[in-house]
Amino acid sequence: MELYVFYLFAFIAVLAALGMIALRNPVHSAMSLALVFFALAALYVLLSAPFIAVAQVMVYAGAILILFVFVIMLLNPDLDQGAGALPGQRILAVGFGFALIVELALVVFTAVLPTARGIATPEWLAQQGDVQALGALLFSDFLLPFEITSLLLLVAIIGVIVLTKKHKAGN
Amino acid sequence: MLTVTHFIFLSAILFCLGAVGVLIRRNPLIMFMSIELMLNAVNLAFVAFGRFLQDLNGQVFVFLILTVAAAEVAVGLAIIVAIFRARESVDVDQVNSLKG
Repeated sequence: MELYVFYLFAFIAVLAALGMIALRNPVHSAMSLALVFFALAALYVLLSAPFIAVAQVMVYAGAILILFVFVIMLLNPDLDQGAGALPGQRILAVGFGFALIVELALVVFTAVLPTARGIATPEWLAQQGDVQALGALLFSDFLLPFEITSLLLLVAIIGVIVLTKKHKAGN
Repeated sequence: MLTVTHFIFLSAILFCLGAVGVLIRRNPLIMFMSIELMLNAVNLAFVAFGRFLQDLNGQVFVFLILTVAAAEVAVGLAIIVAIFRARESVDVDQVNSLKG
C-alpha cells in the first residue's frame, strides 16, 4: 500500500517537474512547481514527518511561490521568445543532465547504506510527539544555527528593501 | 517494501531535472524555480535518510534549508526586479556589464 502511494506521488512530482522546465509560459511553470511542492509534502507525510510537510506547504507553496507569481505579474516577461536557446544549448543541457542522473543512479544503487541506529524510532516519536521532539532539538543542539537563521532573515529583509528602493535622480 | 533507495533515487531524479532546467532555460525566473526544485530534492533526501536512520537531525536540517530558501528567493527576485527596472528586460544574456 505504502509503495503505491509512493509511486503515485513520485510520478506526479517527476511529471510536474518536467512540466516546469518544459512549459513556455512562466505562470504555467509556477503552477507545475506548486504541484511538485504538494507531491513532496505528501511524501513527507509518508516519511512520518508531518511538521515538515506542513512547513513545506506553508513556506514553499504559500510564500515562495506566491512571490514568484507576483514577480511574474509585475514584470510580465513573455520571454523565451524565439531568440531563446543558444546553438547546441538544449542538446548539451540534456546530455549533461543524463550524465548526472547516470552518475547519481550508480552511487544510489551501489552505496552501502548504514542501518538504523538513532533514537527516533516510530514508537519514540509517537510517545514524544513529532513537533515537540523537533522543537526540543532545535532549541538545544541546533540553537546557534537557529539564531543565525534569524540574522539571515534580517539581512534578507534589509537587502530586499535596499535592492528594490527607487534611487533618487542624480544618486 | 518501501526502502530509503526509493526516496533517494526520486530525489536524484528531481535534482537532475532542476539542473537541466537551469541549463536549458533562458528565463531567469524559471532558472530560479529550477534552483528551488534542486533544494527540494535535497530536502527529500534529508528527510528520507532521517526517517530510515531514525534520526531527527535530518528534519532540523530541512527546517534550516527552508529558511535559507525563503531568504534566497526574496533577495534573488529583488535582484531580478532591479535588473528589469534598469534594462527593461530580464534576458540573462543582457546582464553582461561585468564582462571584460
